[in-house]
This record gives sequence, C-alpha cells and structure tokens, in this order.
Amino acid sequence: MSRNTAIEAGLGPAATENSVAAGPLRAPRWRSQKLRKRAELTILLAPGLILFVGFVFIPILIAAYYSFFNWSGYGPLNDPIGFKNYSYAFKDPAFIHAIEHTLILTVASVVIQGPLSIAIALLLNRRFFGRGFLRTVIFAPYVLPPAVTGVMWSLILQPSGFMDQVLKSLGLGGLVQLWLANVHLTLWTNFVVLTWQYIGFGIVLLLAGLQGVPNELKEAAAIDGASPWQVTRRITLPLLAPTIRIWGFITVVGSLQIFDIVWILTAGGPAGSSSTISTYMYSEGVQATDFGFAAAVAVILFVFCFVFAIFYQRYALSRDTRGALTRAVG
Amino acid sequence: MAAVTRTEASGYAGRYAQRRWTVIPGTYLVAIVAVGLTVVPLLLVVVNGFRTNGDINNSAAGLPHPWVAGNYTSILKSASFWEFLGNSALISVVATTLTLVLGSMAALALSQYEFRGREFCYTVFVSGLLFPIGVGALPLYLLLQRLGLLDNQFGVAIPEAAFGLPITMIILRPFLRAIPGELREAALVDGASRFRFFVQILLPLAKPALVTVGLLAFVTSWNQYFVPLLVLQTSSHFTLPLGTYTFQTQYSQNVAGIFAFTAMSMLPALGAFVFAERYLVAGAAGAVKG
Repeated sequence: MSRNTAIEAGLGPAATENSVAAGPLRAPRWRSQKLRKRAELTILLAPGLILFVGFVFIPILIAAYYSFFNWSGYGPLNDPIGFKNYSYAFKDPAFIHAIEHTLILTVASVVIQGPLSIAIALLLNRRFFGRGFLRTVIFAPYVLPPAVTGVMWSLILQPSGFMDQVLKSLGLGGLVQLWLANVHLTLWTNFVVLTWQYIGFGIVLLLAGLQGVPNELKEAAAIDGASPWQVTRRITLPLLAPTIRIWGFITVVGSLQIFDIVWILTAGGPAGSSSTISTYMYSEGVQATDFGFAAAVAVILFVFCFVFAIFYQRYALSRDTRGALTRAVG
Repeated sequence: MAAVTRTEASGYAGRYAQRRWTVIPGTYLVAIVAVGLTVVPLLLVVVNGFRTNGDINNSAAGLPHPWVAGNYTSILKSASFWEFLGNSALISVVATTLTLVLGSMAALALSQYEFRGREFCYTVFVSGLLFPIGVGALPLYLLLQRLGLLDNQFGVAIPEAAFGLPITMIILRPFLRAIPGELREAALVDGASRFRFFVQILLPLAKPALVTVGLLAFVTSWNQYFVPLLVLQTSSHFTLPLGTYTFQTQYSQNVAGIFAFTAMSMLPALGAFVFAERYLVAGAAGAVKG
C-alpha cells in the first residue's frame, strides 16, 4: 500500500494531523499507524467473522462435500458415490411430494397472507381508539416459540377437542374433520397455524412502512378529487411497495425453510401428506442416520433459496435497494 | 351534522371526517375478529390448565368445573420446568451477549474504517440470511462433537449467536454510518482515543439500534427449536420449547397437564413481549429502512 492510500485508508483528519506533527520521523510513524489500524481492525472484526464463518459458512460448505458420500455419520468418509444421493432424492416420490408441499405453502403464504396483511395494515393505519392495543395483540403470536404454538394447536385440533366442540355447538357438526390426520387436509391445517403465528409480523412490518407514506400526498390527491380507493391504489400502495417487496422476500425464504410447526403438528404425516423439504431432510436423513443423503437434501434446499434470492433480487428488489442484498446476491 | 358542514368548508379533512362514519365500524369489526382469533386460543390454553382431565374429556369446550390449580402447582414444584426455564434463560443470555458484543465490534470495523475487502466482509455476513439454519446442521453437529460441546448449553448458544449476526449487521451498520463524521473528528481533536470515541460516544448514540438488535437476538434464541433439538440429548439440559414438546409426548394422557405446561412456557415470552413491544416494532421499521 502506498503512502497515499494509507492517508485515505487512515482515519482522515487525525491521520493527517499526525503526519504533520511527525516531521522527520514520518516513515516509521506511518508504518506504526498502519500496523495500529490493522491491529484494531483485527481485534474488532476477527471474532465476529470467525464465529460466523466457523459456525455458519464452513458447515454449509462441508455439508455440500458430504452430500457426495454414502455415509451414516460414523466411521470414515470412504464411500464416494458422486451424485447418487441427489439422483436418489429426485427419484423418490416422497421427496417430490415434499417439494410440492413446500411450494404450495410458499405460494399460499404470499397469495393469501399478503393481501390479508396489506388490508389489515391499511385498516389499522387509521387512527382509532385501541389501535396500540390491537397492534400489540396481533403481533403477540410472533414472539411465541413456534414449538409451543405447535403444541397448543395440536391440543385444540385433537379429535373431539375444542375446535370440534365449538363447531358442534354452533350446529356445524358436519364440518368436523380429522384436522391432523386427514391426508387431504393436513397441509392446509399446517398453513392456517403458520398464518396464525406469522401474519402479525407482516402486518407490523407493513404498518411501519405505512408510517413512511406522507399524509400531504394523500391530502393533495384528495383535494384534486381522487376517491379514497384511488388514493390507496395510486399513492399508498406504490409507496408501500418497497416494504411489500421486503415482506415477500422474508416470507418466501421463511416458507421454503419451514420446519418446527409442521414437525410438531403432524411430523410431515400422515403418509407424507404434509411433508416439507425440511421435515423430509430430518426424517429421511437425520433420523435414518443417512447423513450423506440428508446433506444432499439440505444442499437442494439451499439451492432453492439461493435461486429465488437471485431472481427476486434481479426482478423485484433491485428497484429499491442499493444496499445490503444488492451486494450480497447480485 | 357537524361533519357534513365541514365537508363543504374544507376539502380533505372534511371528506375524511365524513368517511370515518362509514369506515370505523368496519375497522372495529376487523379488529374484534383479529383479537378474537389471536386471544381465544391463548386463553383456552390457560383456562384448560385449570381443569381436570376428566373435565376436559367430558367436554373440550367450556369453563373449568371445578377450577383446580393442581396442574400449575405441580409444574411449579417440578424440577424439570425450572431446569428448562434456566437453560432457556442461560442460552438466550449467552447468545444475545455474544451477538451484541461481536456484532457491534464487527459493525464498528465495517462502518468506521476504510479498507480493502470491507464490502466483501459485509456481503459474507449478509449472505447468512439466505442459509436455512438446517442446511449446515450435520457438519455443525460434528463440529460441536469435536469441540466437546454436544449436549451442552454453550453448544446451543454459540451457533445461535452466529446465526444472529447477519440481521445484527444489517441493522447496525447503516445506523453507525449515519452518525456524522464531524463527531469523530471533534472527539479526536479533543484528544480522545479511537477506542474512547467508540465506547463513550458512538455506542451510546447507537443505543436504540442496539436495544432492537438485542431483543431480536433474544427472541430468536428463546424460540429456537431446531438447534436445541440437534445438540441437546439429556432432558435436564433442554430448553423450554424443547421441554414443552417432550412433556407433550411423554405425558400424552395428561391433557390438562400439557395445557398447563404450555401456558407456563408461553408466559415468559408474552410477558417480555408486552414489556418490550415498542422496541421490537421499531426494529421491524428499522429493518424496512435499513
């Protein structure tokens, strides 16, 4: 590094001031300055970077490596089988179903929770008595441990449990179902519970975004004769779009990875009717101690997330972020 | 009447006031349904905890008859509940502290210094958002095994802290960068060392962001299910979510007991939430802007 870049690299005025004061001792002073800065950077940055790379980054790289072996997790890694884990996964109808279920949950999350969250956020954005209380209540399920939410709903939805009793007492006994055992229903039962847990987060996120829409614009449009619907459609929603796009990213990546609630409510069953990629990885890989195979499934899941992130970045987020995700992905 | 007069008098405000009469009932209808859907399941769990198993078997919907506190008192007397609570608290505190300390140090490095590779480092951190926690699970398991951290609370807390770093960096770095450089120059001219400037000026200014980041890390760690499931084997090391699930599978006949246990394990999260709600919401807003 030349002296010039060292000035730029140093901390601006402080560094310049020192260089003036240093006079004849310039060169050694500069070296020690540079060393000092390097030491400071190392002390500040290294622990966090080591923690992150060691416990997040490298395990993922190693997982990718394991996925090319037939390996039960014990003994040496000495049975390389190329892409067999991958081809086996894609030949397994249960895995294809798990992918379908994951995609259904993801699309349903966007298509159903999205408009619902936007509508509720728009309503809650008005000033009315009890708004703060309502916001707190709606956000509350988000902070519950998903595992506990799962246990709670499995109690409520048990055969002749609370849900069924309420339906019967309302004269809707015909609607009673085996919520957690009917293979045509389990995926949607899971979806409803997932919505219960996570919709509050979306609403609060969108409410935060709505605070950023200036009232003056809405007023100006109204004075120019725009109807309330036009104000919402032409002004509020376009200005809310960046928030909606971030919500979409968080929701899709979260849905692709969904594990805990599904695992506790139905464990992906019965007969794989509610399996997701994550529950498939856990039951077929981890529980079956076929770690090479589990790693292959994990890599496939990562590829799904990564491909989505790249496309989303290109076509949606690039409009409004020049920040973090732009550099992360693009 | 007043509203109508005002419509004629002043454009938007009047029109808005008039619109309110039709909109408010709709708002309240939505509000009541939303509160009902959220609160009824929670209340149901708490109330059913006061019933006996026979009572629940007779009718799943209904008030306790009679009210019994036995389910709750036996949980409060059991060692395992307090063990789970203690483990959850220990793990969350360690994970949050690690995330906060290491995250803010790294954010300082990436916001207050110019150096080659800075943006690359930031990208490495941020890309962590794209990795499902499950992807690296098996190598992580083997790594912890090699480090002797398997079935150990720290073996849960350390990976959780690592997974908390991306969102920490995303919120903290823009916040620290937004603090004007003149402040640093002034402090350095006044003879403060860089370290003193960080500790005594910069970090206090970043307190709102630090609080938000800390709360997010705490909630995420407290709610984690996958990492404890992977790492912990002995039930006396379990966290509250893991313990709740285990209790449910172990005592599946004791439905009232499960209700009470679930209620007890929701309590800390909900209590902390009511206390800290405004910071969390501010954090959500920060993530949008960040």
